[in-house]
Amino acid sequence: MTGRHPRKAYDGVVACLPVTIPYRRYSTNNAQWWIGRALRELVRGSGLRAQDIDGFSLSSFTLAPDTAIGLTQHFGLSPRWLDTVPLGGAAAVVSLRRAARAVQSGDVDIVACVAGDTNHVDSFRKTLAHFSRFSQDAVYPYGAGGANASFAMIARNYMDIYGARREDFGKICVAQRQNALSYPHALMKSPLTLDAYMAARPIADPIHLFDCVMPCAGAEAFLVCREDVARSLNLPGVRILSTIERHNACADDPVQVRGGWVVDIDELWSMAGVKPSDVDFVETYDDYPVISMMQFEDLGFCKKGEGPDFVRSHTFTNDGDFPHNTSGGQLSVGQAGAAGGHLGVVEALRQLTGKALGTQVQDAAIGLVSGFGMINYDRGLSSCAALLARPS
Amino acid sequence: MTAPLDRPKRKNPLARTRLPLLPPAARSRTAHGLTAAAAEGRFALQVCAECQAVLYPPREACPSCLSARLPFKDVEAGGTVLTETTVHISPEPYFRERPASRIGLVKLDAGPTAVAHLHGDVGVKARVRLELKLDRSGAPVMVALPQEDTPNMADDPALREMTCDPKFRRVLITDGRNALGQAMAKAMVDAGASLVFVGLDNTWKPFAGEDKLKALKGVEFVPLDLTDSNSVTELALQIGARVDIVINTAEHVRAGGMVGGHGLNDARDTMELRYFGLMRLAQAFGPVLRMRGADGVNSAAAFVNLLSVHALANWPAYGVFSAVEAACLSAAQSLRAELRGGGVKVVNAFAGPLETEWYQTLPPPKVAPSALAKAVVDALRKGTEDVFVGDVAQDIRARLAVNPKALERELGE
Amino acid sequence: MSAAELKSFAKAIASGGIRVVDLTQTLSPEFPTIVLPPELGQCAPFRLEEISRYDSRGPAWYWNNFTVGEHTGTHFDAPIHWVSGKDLPNNSVDTIVPENFIAPVCVIDCSADSTANPDFLLTVERLEAWEKQHGRIEAGSWVFLRTDWSKRDYKAYANLKEDGAHTPGPAAEAVKWLVEERDVLGFGTETIGTDAGQAHLFNPPFPAHFYMHGKGRYGLQCLTNLDKLPPKGAVVVAAPLKIKQGSGSPLRVLALIA
Repeated sequence: MTGRHPRKAYDGVVACLPVTIPYRRYSTNNAQWWIGRALRELVRGSGLRAQDIDGFSLSSFTLAPDTAIGLTQHFGLSPRWLDTVPLGGAAAVVSLRRAARAVQSGDVDIVACVAGDTNHVDSFRKTLAHFSRFSQDAVYPYGAGGANASFAMIARNYMDIYGARREDFGKICVAQRQNALSYPHALMKSPLTLDAYMAARPIADPIHLFDCVMPCAGAEAFLVCREDVARSLNLPGVRILSTIERHNACADDPVQVRGGWVVDIDELWSMAGVKPSDVDFVETYDDYPVISMMQFEDLGFCKKGEGPDFVRSHTFTNDGDFPHNTSGGQLSVGQAGAAGGHLGVVEALRQLTGKALGTQVQDAAIGLVSGFGMINYDRGLSSCAALLARPS
Repeated sequence: MTAPLDRPKRKNPLARTRLPLLPPAARSRTAHGLTAAAAEGRFALQVCAECQAVLYPPREACPSCLSARLPFKDVEAGGTVLTETTVHISPEPYFRERPASRIGLVKLDAGPTAVAHLHGDVGVKARVRLELKLDRSGAPVMVALPQEDTPNMADDPALREMTCDPKFRRVLITDGRNALGQAMAKAMVDAGASLVFVGLDNTWKPFAGEDKLKALKGVEFVPLDLTDSNSVTELALQIGARVDIVINTAEHVRAGGMVGGHGLNDARDTMELRYFGLMRLAQAFGPVLRMRGADGVNSAAAFVNLLSVHALANWPAYGVFSAVEAACLSAAQSLRAELRGGGVKVVNAFAGPLETEWYQTLPPPKVAPSALAKAVVDALRKGTEDVFVGDVAQDIRARLAVNPKALERELGE
Repeated sequence: MSAAELKSFAKAIASGGIRVVDLTQTLSPEFPTIVLPPELGQCAPFRLEEISRYDSRGPAWYWNNFTVGEHTGTHFDAPIHWVSGKDLPNNSVDTIVPENFIAPVCVIDCSADSTANPDFLLTVERLEAWEKQHGRIEAGSWVFLRTDWSKRDYKAYANLKEDGAHTPGPAAEAVKWLVEERDVLGFGTETIGTDAGQAHLFNPPFPAHFYMHGKGRYGLQCLTNLDKLPPKGAVVVAAPLKIKQGSGSPLRVLALIA
């Protein structure tokens, strides 16, 4: 290969209308119900009719036996562009960038990007048991408890190599909880102290209780459309400065110490024409805090191995010098299955339009949203990121 | 260092016996290549036939060259622990009621990285040797053992879950009248079984080796005639709840094929003892074995069949006998599936001709009863499911894998 | 005999005027059977397999299937059983005239001798001595050898040693004498066979089988309760199952004592 073809900017395309269906720890409703409610909120918030939404991009783990196509009939949609993005924590940014290109090229006018999952009693365990072929064959039978043990091993390795301590992870978690206290939809409603974090029961060393997200039911959604369409609907549109996506990168690393961001990070910044110091807040994928720390490194806020120091030298609350996971992230809001990645995008849309449900980051002009997902075997395979800017 | 197991205390007769739970058993069809290796105690992974890459977890296409020719082959079993965790909380009930268990990511010398159970004596980032073992659900898992044996290493709780170690267990040997049963009784006593019940039919009939058998410490004689349904049922009523390992040593070897035989009585006797005997044992002892799979240190663990390797391919010189053995093998497969839910393994030990009276005219190689007994102890300690004992058994197995039709013809010549 | 006499016979049985002694061992899986070298064909032991017992296999009834050899438990030997009797007329259980199933019996008590010597052999001299005391053995009678062997536990009953079974029985001459000089109906024992445990060494081997069956006479073995019979005067009812071409059969043996 002789250099990459230059990428086209996402000029004229925006994301708008952030929607959250308040989470519940357990739900007796199924995923279709949660997705349907999110779709209805998009219709209500935009003043469109369902038939006017000609693009539908869906992410869900618990929809079986349905897929997106079944939902078109279920919800009375007749889209000319339909997408399923089964990428877990990477689904939101991937959904966003695919929709943006489709809108930009004229294949579709308005795309509803929806992620939703239910959480029945015992459904999380069943999702884990059948998460992937490799997991079923080579991880889940070991009592791993889904991602817990895999990330525990990744965390232990990272701590061994780069000197991170549990206190450093704890600092991330405590700050996020602080952010969550003002966010109305967070399932965690009481403050978390570092002492409580440190004293929590071990789940899989070095992962303790507050390193883990709480599985729950919920849905997140937004629209992607042309800027002029958004304006006509009176929706403030967040601009997409750049995006990246990478899967199964660095496959030869014996234990995961970095995500696929490292492959494309320069392009993320150059395409956007901004630098890390220009960013006003960051939404990382925080299942688990060690992954957030890796993202600080891999997204260019510090060098590889400097994550622990970076954490020690910054404050992550919405009024701090590095506002991070400003709604509380999945660690404090909850992880509504495939909507876990959408949480960050939806929160970024709110922050960049000055409509945060919780504490507003002052003068938020540029936000970075990062996604990570699909621990197929021993590591997360998908990583992605987007730089977003407030409406012009 | 592994703490040695304490001899299990006498059971509280008022306490509830916990029902057996199983670890997750689902595997892809291709992953059963690991099951096959684990069943025999081999360490085999997929090796790409085109680029020689060693693959794990099991795949349908080679990630190096996309070849679909990915046979399982024995590979080097060494490795190094890269990172590890102790799982305290698992969503799976099986793990929830067991102590926190160590698992690690192991870089195999053969190439890939594998999640493995770590033996308690494995050090941090230590060198290990891996084994593929069948866990309590009969599904294959990687187990990383310390590079060198350590004292009492078989007593590691996680490891003992995957084995059927006779130590501190109570064994029923169904026939003590023959050399095989006697060798087995001695082997089980030597292996630390806490009690060895030895079945004797027609107790009025003396037998060779009686005195030696009676002199064995830890042996208790019980009346048992596998050809008599009531006898088997009655014994199970008496001792069924105290039997952790059943070893069926009943033997009925007769030469002769289908055409040359004179009437059915020999065949019927063989069938009566071997096939129906197995069925009687299954019906009488199976239900309680299946309920006691999680009954502490001396939980029910295994049902052992001693089969002729000619169960796999008929040897017309012993044609009728081979056919009965084939029936027993088939029955053992059913039994295996039926006992799996209780976490009880069915071990099939295949042997060629033994050094016993009924194979008197055959030339060597033959298997001494003591060698077969040792192989069974080994299989129980390792937790393997299928063991091929001696040269003839190995030979038949190898030839069967290459060309079953050639084997059929050659056995008939 | 008149009908009235037959009727009074039945009444006497019902009232106890005629006592009925059961000479039969219970058919059970545990009861010893004859032991032959294992390469030879074997007599099947008694086995019972439940068909149903008021359960899903038959809600209101209990019944069994059983398997058994012709020569298992208390059983009858027909002449066809032995090669010496193979060509005789009416030599199988289904063709024996039924009149032969009821006959008087002479009981020779050798229990003390047998207790002293498990290889005790009944001789002609011993039979003659018995006749001196109890009178001549009449033609058409059963002759039973009482040894009290049936009182032993199974191990002592089979009494197997490295050189085979050691159980009492008749000497060859004694059998020959009973058949040729006394014309008996048959010979009965408490042991597993009509012959002594070591009779394979006799000349001819197994003389009770050889001579009795060679002359169309019968055998009864595994009898019990012989100690309850008088030396003379009892009548035995011993009717085997009517098995086509059967060489013998388990049966119920009864003795009537006036």
